[in-house]
Amino acid sequence: MGNYHLTHLKELESEAIYVLREVAAQFERPVLLFSGGKDSIVLVHLSRKAFFPAKIPFPLLHIDTGHNFIETLEFRDRMANSVNARLLVGSVQESIDKGRAVEETGVNASRNVLQTVTLLDAIEAHKFDAAIGGARRDEEKARAKERFFSHRDEFGQWDPKNQRPELWYMFNGKKRMGEHFRVFPISNWTEMDVWQYILAENIDLPSIYFTHERDVFYRDGVWLAAAPFMEMKPNEKIEYRRVRCRTVGDISCTGLTLSSADTVEDIIQEIAATRVTERGGRYDDKRSEAAMEDRKKEGYF
Amino acid sequence: MELLRFTTAGSVDDGKSTLIGRLLYDSKSIFEDQLDAVRRASVQKGSEHINLALFTDGLRAEREQGITIDVAYRYFATPNRKFIIADTPGHIQYTRNMVTGASTANAAIVLIDARNGVIEQTHRHTFIAALLGIPHIIVCINKMDLMDYREEVYTAIRNEYQAFASQVFPGQDIRFIPISALKGDNVVKPSENMPWYDDGTLLYHLETIPISQDHDLKNQRFPVQYVIRPESEEFHDYRGYAGRVAGGFFHPGDKIVVLPSGIESEITAIDTLSGPLAEAHPPMSVTITLKDDVDLSRGGMIAGVGNIPQESCDITTMICWMNPKPLQIQGKYALKHTTKDVRCIIQDVDYVLNISTLEKVLENKTIRMNDIALIRLRTTKPLFFDPYTTNRITGSLILIDETTNETVAAGMIV
Repeated sequence: MGNYHLTHLKELESEAIYVLREVAAQFERPVLLFSGGKDSIVLVHLSRKAFFPAKIPFPLLHIDTGHNFIETLEFRDRMANSVNARLLVGSVQESIDKGRAVEETGVNASRNVLQTVTLLDAIEAHKFDAAIGGARRDEEKARAKERFFSHRDEFGQWDPKNQRPELWYMFNGKKRMGEHFRVFPISNWTEMDVWQYILAENIDLPSIYFTHERDVFYRDGVWLAAAPFMEMKPNEKIEYRRVRCRTVGDISCTGLTLSSADTVEDIIQEIAATRVTERGGRYDDKRSEAAMEDRKKEGYF
Repeated sequence: MELLRFTTAGSVDDGKSTLIGRLLYDSKSIFEDQLDAVRRASVQKGSEHINLALFTDGLRAEREQGITIDVAYRYFATPNRKFIIADTPGHIQYTRNMVTGASTANAAIVLIDARNGVIEQTHRHTFIAALLGIPHIIVCINKMDLMDYREEVYTAIRNEYQAFASQVFPGQDIRFIPISALKGDNVVKPSENMPWYDDGTLLYHLETIPISQDHDLKNQRFPVQYVIRPESEEFHDYRGYAGRVAGGFFHPGDKIVVLPSGIESEITAIDTLSGPLAEAHPPMSVTITLKDDVDLSRGGMIAGVGNIPQESCDITTMICWMNPKPLQIQGKYALKHTTKDVRCIIQDVDYVLNISTLEKVLENKTIRMNDIALIRLRTTKPLFFDPYTTNRITGSLILIDETTNETVAAGMIV
């Protein structure tokens, strides 16, 4: 008896596992939102730990904008296969074809916002009552106000001014028919925690997180990947550069970092020295000061 | 590296947001793009220097109204510790937010404006910190720059606070630091303006407060969260009890009691994906397997032989009411306690507490939003509980309105 010691990573891991088990216990049809990005990869890893030696008791859902990095898609399929989980894909292209969503036009067009339509449709079609996401409170100011168990009304909307108080580790997942919850097991992790955990647990990641050469162009302080559907302004020109992704989203909004980091250790050093936030390179957050809050209220991740 | 969770309590203009901004800024936890955004906003609002308070605004309505509406969580780390700040609003009507932030905190920072000294709000904040069982209190006497950094100002406030606190929580770990959040004195860097003080900066205290004893390490408590049954070839008859240790140390071979049945058994293994463990303690999430086939599922508990929690349907609890709709005496509510869900009926209100004067109000039993009261309730099935002062996990509960599904009260069992 007496003293004990638990590292911050072990404590965060324990908290996340606790939250994942609460989801499995409190909901009938949970789903894990899997983007192929590092945060959702960590979530899958934590889910394996939470239910070992049983399989992960919920499927993975990827909302595919149709504008993803090919490396992410390959990784997604490989990972779902290796953990023996069912993978569902909701297609933004399909939502557009059906007329449920309207493609943006112009040089800043992105399918980022359109994902909300596809996500909410998938939640409704599969009757999911809890969608587990990898959002973190340190990412963005609206996300700093999120609960672990975040209630969504029947339209999938978030009401940030009227959230249920969340005390101790008691999560109230009670809801009416048609409503659902978003659950964020790694709420308390920072970008650094995620990378340190990836290192400690030796977690495999898509290659685009590490340095590679790619056609890119520069816009408003952010490097973006060149791709056929990326409309460019007349003064923008394609350059071939050594880059890596700091966050992974859709190609249209993922800013790339000039970097030669090719191991997780390198990345940790790079982040420790960096003076810009992770989402500083996210084009989708630059639309307005409350861009994330507005999207979240509508039902975004 | 350890994790420390702390909460901040202060009145509206005590400089709470400025203090958090200062901690983040001086510990180099603020990034350039955040700094740029705040710089722009400061200029727009006509500030001469960077308004550190702007770092903590989250929602559009908060920026527009210049107030904090809801608990926001902030993160920073030094080479010694990682910190989670539950930044709670100081408005009087937001007691529920402070209770929320305090529920998981190891430490509370209570801010006092050096010009005003100990005021009614200080009493409220201190009482809530004590009620929620926060193990460590750090009293920051802020705005010392406006009092010419005089020692006697600090000493007088410290003495007054100590006199009050010794009634509310005798024996509590309380530390006092004279600071100026605006100028940065004694927050991260030692103050040159107060050579008479040498007990360490705020950050020094946050980095060194011993926290390993903050959990209940004496009483073995393991609420079962989920039963793991792989039903696979390899793990054909496997039955694991998944949960988070709420108290004490567990080892393979330990003789235990399974609740509610009261049957004794023995721990065969403590399993994790990375292999079996020799020991589990709070707050680890593990899976326990037992020697015997026993009736045990979510809502049940594994406890030590000869050291089981109290069992009763009749619960006396302090509550903080958190809903605009007042508490209904004789009303029925859903109740959550550890991993157990039951229903309950409110029997009676013993008293409502005036948390500014600590007076027990016996005549008016209407309990409204932000009220603190001692109530008695009866549950449909017995709870296995410890007093909140012994164990913050097995001693806490929440009440839920069955028609709206909202969490309406936080309870600390006495």
